[in-house]
Amino acid sequence: MAKTFDEINEKIKDGKVVVLTAEEFKDLVEEKGVAQAAKEVDVVTTGTFSPMCSSGAFINFGHSDPPIRMNRIWLNDVPAYGGLAAVDTYIGATELSETQGFEYGGAHVIQDLIDGKKIKLRAESYGTDCYPRKEITTYITLDDLNQAYLFNPRNAYQNYNAATNSSDRILYTYMGTLLPQYGNVTYCTSGELSPLLNDPELRTIGIGTRIFIGGAQGYVAWEGTQFVRNKEVIRDGVIQYSGATLAVIGDMKQMSSRFIRAASYEKYGTTLFVGVGIPIPVLDEDMAKFLAVRNRDIYTQVVDYSVPSRSRPVLRKVSYEELRSGMIELNGKKVPTAPLSSLRKAREIAQVLKEMILKGEFLLQEPIQKLPEDRRFNPLKEREVK
Amino acid sequence: MQLQKIKLFMYFPPEKTDKPITYRLVKDYDLMFNILQAQIQPNKKGRLMAELEGTAENIEKGLQYLKDQGVQYRIFNKNIIWHEEKCVHCGACTAVCPSRALSMDRNEWKLTFDHSKCLICELCVKACPLNAMDVNIFL
Ligand code: SF4
Ligand code: SF4
Repeated sequence: MAKTFDEINEKIKDGKVVVLTAEEFKDLVEEKGVAQAAKEVDVVTTGTFSPMCSSGAFINFGHSDPPIRMNRIWLNDVPAYGGLAAVDTYIGATELSETQGFEYGGAHVIQDLIDGKKIKLRAESYGTDCYPRKEITTYITLDDLNQAYLFNPRNAYQNYNAATNSSDRILYTYMGTLLPQYGNVTYCTSGELSPLLNDPELRTIGIGTRIFIGGAQGYVAWEGTQFVRNKEVIRDGVIQYSGATLAVIGDMKQMSSRFIRAASYEKYGTTLFVGVGIPIPVLDEDMAKFLAVRNRDIYTQVVDYSVPSRSRPVLRKVSYEELRSGMIELNGKKVPTAPLSSLRKAREIAQVLKEMILKGEFLLQEPIQKLPEDRRFNPLKEREVK
Repeated sequence: MQLQKIKLFMYFPPEKTDKPITYRLVKDYDLMFNILQAQIQPNKKGRLMAELEGTAENIEKGLQYLKDQGVQYRIFNKNIIWHEEKCVHCGACTAVCPSRALSMDRNEWKLTFDHSKCLICELCVKACPLNAMDVNIFL
């Protein structure tokens, strides 16, 4: 018996909805089978809490008197974009402070704002007839800002490589510290809890989908950058989906650093841990089958990050069950694995989202447009410049 | 009485490795003695990393005893602090910890820190993206 978004929302409003987290739902399927689970459960909540570099915030400061058309802007000495209208800016998570380097970046400005801290705004201008002022230095807080919303061009990767290092030196990467001679393997998704692995064909997640982001209710705004759809048969009955990403939007004024956190990686730079949770309606048995996927059937590839090329060598395929065991085999040797994405926080997010739905505080939004089927991931072609 | 804990490396000269020095430390000076790493073979130079716990006075007497016995030692004047309130339990630090002092609890997916295994190599301090691991210098 199929359900619709509207029917599920009615149940949410009536307090009759049945919601499980993705992990709970998988256990239920193993116990009672797909058909029964599809009948009993209306919504499954997913979650991820990972470093997501392609994140940032749009901010509007309001006008000073006399007004200024800010064209060079710094927030706590981190440069922000000055090429928008007079007092609008975009601050990217990986932009580094001009005074503190790798220790502090755009991600930290975003977290400090969310935490209610004062941020030093410094701006310069060339001055115009309508915007005569040429410089300003002041403090701002999140409350003062007219708008402050995250717009993250690429979040919630469906799946991601695991990383290792065959070279003789330590590598400092966005995949953490990789020890020499296959000293470790790091991986970075929440596996069976991960949003886009639970709706691999993107039947229920598209433009307009309401999501949990950093503690706020936000939306899927567009396909994420570098969006592709890969589908590959791993072995009989096990299909691997990867490549989908989401562009997401959410109001910083509703966020909490419990679910969003600035980070800095040694000799790499700053990034933002973003907590994203997506509720997935159990529309029918097909959806329940997707939602039943377990870590043993979700694979990624172990990639050698010591090769400085776009197409780095793939050493093997590995399931999340193996990665999570703490040890995998690589070239006949046992190598310790370490996560970079917080599974504990991902679980917390799935749980909080579940409670919000049960309390009638979070309604599902059917996508107003599907995400594309036909994107390719083009490399940058270099052409001779004369 | 306030108990103190220190961590030290001890280097035993070859002729001492079969003497019950550690036993005396425990017995005569009432020190808790926790061996973290040991390399001791009869008639060879030995090396021991240990934690000593006792009153300040007894620790001092114990160290004097070691000196008198010709045992060289080096006291660590640092330890590693885990600021749990900053930690998001991502696991990045476990990727570099050589002694497995840092590991993930595989049920809760929570970081656990076993101080007694820590070698104070400071790798985790750099590897933690949240700045949740710190070196604490005392003395
Ligand atoms: S790397 Fe830092 S934040 Fe991550 S688990 Fe270790 S101490 Fe916690
Ligand atoms: S200092 Fe070294 S041994 Fe101690 S917890 Fe950190 S990484 Fe592990």
